[in-house]
Amino acid sequence: MESSYDCIIIGAGPAGLTAGIYTARARLKVLLLEKFAPGGQIQVSDLVENYPGFPEGISGAELMERMAEQAKRFELPIESSEVVSVDFSGPLKKIVLPDRQLTARTIIVATGAQPRQLGVPGENVFTGKGVSFCATCDGPFYRGKSVAAVGGGDSAVQESIFLTRFVDRVYVIHRRNELRAARILQERALANPKITFVWDSVVTEIKGDNDVNAVTVKNVKTGEVSDLAVSGCFIWVGTVPNTGFLGDSLAKNKAGFLITDQRMQTSVPGVFAAGDVRETVLRQVSTAVGDGAIAAFCAEQYVEAGK
Amino acid sequence: MAEGIKEVSDLSFDADVLKSDKPVLVDFWAPWCGPCRAVAPVVEELAKEMADKVAFAKMNVDENPLTPGKFGIRAIPTFIVFKDGKVVDQVTGKVPKTALSQAIEKAL
Repeated sequence: MESSYDCIIIGAGPAGLTAGIYTARARLKVLLLEKFAPGGQIQVSDLVENYPGFPEGISGAELMERMAEQAKRFELPIESSEVVSVDFSGPLKKIVLPDRQLTARTIIVATGAQPRQLGVPGENVFTGKGVSFCATCDGPFYRGKSVAAVGGGDSAVQESIFLTRFVDRVYVIHRRNELRAARILQERALANPKITFVWDSVVTEIKGDNDVNAVTVKNVKTGEVSDLAVSGCFIWVGTVPNTGFLGDSLAKNKAGFLITDQRMQTSVPGVFAAGDVRETVLRQVSTAVGDGAIAAFCAEQYVEAGK
Repeated sequence: MAEGIKEVSDLSFDADVLKSDKPVLVDFWAPWCGPCRAVAPVVEELAKEMADKVAFAKMNVDENPLTPGKFGIRAIPTFIVFKDGKVVDQVTGKVPKTALSQAIEKAL
């Protein structure tokens, strides 16, 4: 069976849910598809302090529960399903699900990104056994232990601070000699007695028996190599976009993020992109929400123009 | 607590899970874990749909350190399906509903 929509949104993070709220309020015939449960990457964050409207901050999980609730209030249909492939060659865009095919006049790709891996020996073997990408999921299993945290951006620093609730020591390993994270986070981390910075260094291997027991650290300036005894290795070194299901249907930049114009339209008219999956200078909840609103508005205009 | 999902502890694990007549899916979670909260509604749906065949339980790993340690759990959410006191399957992370139902099927 084939069903047709005005708009199909793929992904229920901040960008997708915002696009859902706007398109539902515009009374478009819309469907939001989400592979897992709604929430996106921010769901793992213990505290979101820079999204306006929450002066005391809010957990990523609660923020996303609220966004999903708001979307439900406007009767946005959300289906738990994974998009297998797409065909954007005709005026009606096709979306292939495991059990059926859908068509829509417009598509909003809001599939976000996922944590980038280091690509070093031991990383895959020990994922879930000491290698982690989520402090709020796994941090408390390292109570009283020492862990490594790789990265120097907002996520690395914010989550390292969170880890100090449980662990005795966090070694923040960063390839430069200064952090990229927001100043306020840097100040907190530098003042935290449980955080030790390992500057100008990269992790070249994650070692262990059943679980992680060390990381090999190389100083990029001196070339010196040493092992650091840790029970876990948390990795926050950026993200890679979730675009596998798109094939070569849309133009991407070198890093694989979708290229859009200021209307959030991709290389295919009627197909829009919003949030972390898009080529952009900043990836935050606030920017994803803005993207989602613009994409929804322009999708609505596209639908109206075609009538 | 959600209907049809029993809260189990280190003390009650033996009686509630290992000695259960029916297979049991145990959801190892914690209040501070965002992905755990996100999958909770999915587990509740499954509990309603499969209540006649499988028992559902959840364990707060923050309050119960012994059992997660025994099963080598280092990441949550982790779901383990037990049958006759033995581990049948284990799934970790924010996974689709089908991944959980497939894990359960292995015990039926």
